[in-house]
Amino acid sequence: MTTKPAHREILSVLDRPNSYIGKTVPRPNLDRLLQGRGLYVSDVELPRMAHVVFLRSPHAHARIIGIDASAANQSPGTIAVVTGKQLAAVITPWVGVLSHLKGLKSAPQSAIAIDRVCWQGEAVAAVVATSRAGAEDAAEHVTVEYQELEPVTDMRTALDPKIPVIHPVLGDNLAFERNHDAGHVDQAFAESDEVVETEFIFGRHTGVTLEPRAVVADWNAAEARLTIYQGTQAPHMVQNIAALHLGLQEQQVRVVCKDVGGSFGIKVHIYADEMATYALSKLLRRPIKFVADRVESFNTDIHARDHRCMGKIGVQHDGTIKAFEIDDLTGIGPYSMYPRTSAIEANQIVNLVGGPYVTKNYRARARVVLQNKNVMCQYRAVGHPIACSVTEGLVDLAAMKIGMDPVEIRRRNLIADDAYPCASPSGLRFEKLSHHASLDKLLGMMDYQRLRAEQAELRKANIHRGIGIATFIEVTNPSAAFYGVGGARISSQDGVAVRLDAQGSVICQTSITEQGQGSESLTAQIVGSVLGVSMELVRVILGDTDNTPYGGGTWASRGAGIGGEAALQAAKALRKNILDVAAAILQSTAAELDIVNNSVVDADDGTPRIELKELARIVYFRPDTLPPGIQPELMATRHFVPREYPFAFTNGVQASWLELDAQTGFIKLLKHWVVEDCGTIINAQLVDEQIRGGVVQGLGAALFEKCIYDERGQLTNANMADYLVPMAAEMPDIDVGHVVSPTAETELGAKGAGEAGTAGAAAAVVNAVNDALRPFGAVVTEIPLTPQVILTALARI
Amino acid sequence: MKASAFAYARATSIGNALELLAAHGDKAKVLSGGQSLMPAMNLRLISPELIVDIGEIGELRGIALKGGVLSIGALTRHADLLKSPEIAAHSPLLTTAVAHVAHPAIRNRGTIGGSLAHADPASELPACMLALGAIIIARGQAGERRIPAKDFFRGIYETALSADELLVAVELPVTRKNASHFFDEFARRQGDYAIAGLAADAVVKDGAFTDLHLAFFAVGDRPVLSNAACRLINVVITPALMADVSAALDEELNPHDDQQATASMRRHLAKVLLVRCVSTLLGRTDLDARAA
Ligand SMILES: Cc1cc2nc3c(=O)[nH]c(=O)nc-3n(C[C@H](O)[C@H](O)[C@H](O)COP(=O)(O)OP(=O)(O)OC[C@H]3O[C@@H](n4cnc5c(N)ncnc54)[C@H](O)[C@@H]3O)c2cc1C
Repeated sequence: MTTKPAHREILSVLDRPNSYIGKTVPRPNLDRLLQGRGLYVSDVELPRMAHVVFLRSPHAHARIIGIDASAANQSPGTIAVVTGKQLAAVITPWVGVLSHLKGLKSAPQSAIAIDRVCWQGEAVAAVVATSRAGAEDAAEHVTVEYQELEPVTDMRTALDPKIPVIHPVLGDNLAFERNHDAGHVDQAFAESDEVVETEFIFGRHTGVTLEPRAVVADWNAAEARLTIYQGTQAPHMVQNIAALHLGLQEQQVRVVCKDVGGSFGIKVHIYADEMATYALSKLLRRPIKFVADRVESFNTDIHARDHRCMGKIGVQHDGTIKAFEIDDLTGIGPYSMYPRTSAIEANQIVNLVGGPYVTKNYRARARVVLQNKNVMCQYRAVGHPIACSVTEGLVDLAAMKIGMDPVEIRRRNLIADDAYPCASPSGLRFEKLSHHASLDKLLGMMDYQRLRAEQAELRKANIHRGIGIATFIEVTNPSAAFYGVGGARISSQDGVAVRLDAQGSVICQTSITEQGQGSESLTAQIVGSVLGVSMELVRVILGDTDNTPYGGGTWASRGAGIGGEAALQAAKALRKNILDVAAAILQSTAAELDIVNNSVVDADDGTPRIELKELARIVYFRPDTLPPGIQPELMATRHFVPREYPFAFTNGVQASWLELDAQTGFIKLLKHWVVEDCGTIINAQLVDEQIRGGVVQGLGAALFEKCIYDERGQLTNANMADYLVPMAAEMPDIDVGHVVSPTAETELGAKGAGEAGTAGAAAAVVNAVNDALRPFGAVVTEIPLTPQVILTALARI
Repeated sequence: MKASAFAYARATSIGNALELLAAHGDKAKVLSGGQSLMPAMNLRLISPELIVDIGEIGELRGIALKGGVLSIGALTRHADLLKSPEIAAHSPLLTTAVAHVAHPAIRNRGTIGGSLAHADPASELPACMLALGAIIIARGQAGERRIPAKDFFRGIYETALSADELLVAVELPVTRKNASHFFDEFARRQGDYAIAGLAADAVVKDGAFTDLHLAFFAVGDRPVLSNAACRLINVVITPALMADVSAALDEELNPHDDQQATASMRRHLAKVLLVRCVSTLLGRTDLDARAA
């Protein structure tokens, strides 16, 4: 027996020959999607399937006096008109609270409003017909008598004693409050050379998915089973909740999630109309399809980021930041969303403000109030863009005040790259971040000094360009600390099962889901690399509670870090099992063998010994030829959840370069740079596109996106003409660079990358605009930065 | 977002279309490119009983040049205008302007007749018609009417057309010697309807305007042909004169508030456009505060 060469031991499973890790490889699902062979919920057609249209309240707050469906019932093709009261017979209401968010309160919410509507767009009746158009026709004939109630719309006055309490049982409109006080804040401000204080205002916006929310619910009374086809990020969560409220066992509910046309956190919640659709299927005993149209999407898909945040920073003349303080206020609509709650966003802001910096003096208050607008909840980069905009806005204002370059003040205050592990003033634990290395890399990519010189030169010609920098941290790979500890049945662990089939191909079932991020691809890359099998031979199955291990799904930048590690461990276990069988067949030992290129080979010199397909043939069809006592296990399952750190924090920094037309208030984005550190990169292109897509959503928030409500609680721009999403022509080139600090908590070393782009993009733009505005002595701290906002700040209108 | 049920007729000729319109009155709607009509129907903002599709009427299509007049059929698509060498040579303002209309997919279907008949006050083409002094040709069963552009646009989505008339073509004088044009608009995103815009047709000689037509759009309920601008003709333009004309322009505008901009912002932007137009056409960077 030969001894193993030493170098084999330092190679991790990821560095094996022909590893796909770190490579840009095409996604296995590309051809299917590009050839139009994807299967979105809208494509699902079942026998006897009917369509539901929800009749929605035109009022923000009103009592329902009566519903008359007699004319609608006569409309051609109508199957049923179902009210909230009728539906309550098959589905129970819910309350969106979690026990670890102390004091969070909300009122019971029904699938369809029963006696009162609390926002414009809340469903008051379900109209079921043989076609969507028929259901829309019938809906026009349902008459609802309302008695209008005073709506609560302005979050700033929602807590005033004269303002009505939306849910009297709760006593007031305060859903949640969190206070945090670390270090010696008052003393630090008293000792500061300069203190800057300002209010930051964020527009309520939403994540506009190309494919709207859609559900087909199919209650099979003969099997007593409900199959839910839904574009969701968390199939097992949907299974649990549907079962709970329909009075079923989880095994009576199957959730199938095929292709999803964008989710961004919008599709990780449980919506009343989706619950109503499940219930209608049970009530009417037939498949029911609900596909939100664009207007309902704007009125009912969760909104996010409606915040007003007072921020304060104390700084020394040498640039030392002494303290941060914030007072954040947010209005979340009439209910805390189920089951993840609507307090998480404000809570994250308290967690994240000041996070990249060394100062330990930090005080925060966050208040979450109820109001009669659409519900707010978690959207991509939950809370991060606000925390980042406030922190980075304050840091720039402080730098301006003491006359220091924005890069210099950051250099002097960012946590040193060798200071880890350490904790933030809000108690977040950082395993390993790379703020300084990332900043250095960014400055190199953008050629900061040259850009500053160009800016100065152009200013002489009255051309006003600005440079904005924003450092950020991102919560990824959440453990049970996120939801599980608060009592939510949302899994933080994921599972992967891998098996070798009879022709040497690999079938891999994973509990993470795919909404376009590339979950399928990264899973196949990991499994292929670890097993020594070509990626084309790895088929990944996801999005089906009947056919995957139990797990959380894809959200909070967790798919690669958690699901990827489970895939790695499962593949490792299968590899060992295969080598054990091979050793028996080849009369060798597992240690002397390896798998490369779909064949078992001699570990030392790579000599092929037996192809996997031959091994599989023997195992499945000629086990009689194996030595006695050998029972091959060509399937292995592993689960993973982070235990050491509640979250794997990542970090990064972004920069924006833009031109401001000081006469018109229009902003032209010229270039955007991002450097981020998500640990091990499994597929560089997938990571870069996650970053770019995220940046675009952040730029949308910075310049365009806002749900505009009037004082009566009417959403006035619920369409794609008036709600402005970012479009290609306005987007700058986005350069992405990486620093790699793998997490030691997993063998894979991957942290998340899904939200980094969104976290810092708006902050970088606002800082750049203020940099461009400097000669005018104007400062803006409100997004979206519309020409109207800029011209007003410049006192031109 | 499904339209209410409607009847559909594909008109075989102008005469046939006019018969259908006469028979159904305002219960019928003409369908041209469908880029404004179909969204309105899908949102159930309107529910016509009959759609008269004029898409197959060959007579309504095409661009022709005859004796110093450019005639453009109602069915001419935005994309055709953009590509047309005749338009580029004889009415370059239109070529420039139409590139600002929506996006390629919409320009591939939307038509000039539809745009003018629709009369959105933020539309580019109606303003161009004013600046260029176009004649809009309407046909009804009683015969043809030749309506000058300045009399055609009556308000938001309101024109001089009656429900049983068809817009068949527009006629434009070809561009003159020493003519130049200016077009610019402010829109939040490329392809969006403008917040404020200006289409200008001018003749410049020896550094002065000998003729000038400024048509502002999105700053009132219809495009506005500025009278104040006439004061810039045959004079040496000074900053003081610009200020006077700018103030006079302000009097002519009647903009509205909406989500994109307040009325005062629209007024401000119209004045910025005025200055940029004059300084660009005359090569007078000194008039533009940007370069000051
Ligand atoms: C996303 C989007 C963005 C857009 N952006 C812009 C923009 O920036 N600027 C702009 O100007 N437009 C814009 N449009 C509108 C577009 O230019 C339309 O093409 C145009 O307004 C209508 O032309 P159409 O041929 O599609 O008319 P249709 O939609 O078919 O008809 C519009 C109206 O005109 C009537 N009509 C049509 N043809 C005739 C005729 N020959 N005689 C009598 N009545 C007639 C119809 O009955 C209907 O009432 C946009 C549209 C969309 C969908």
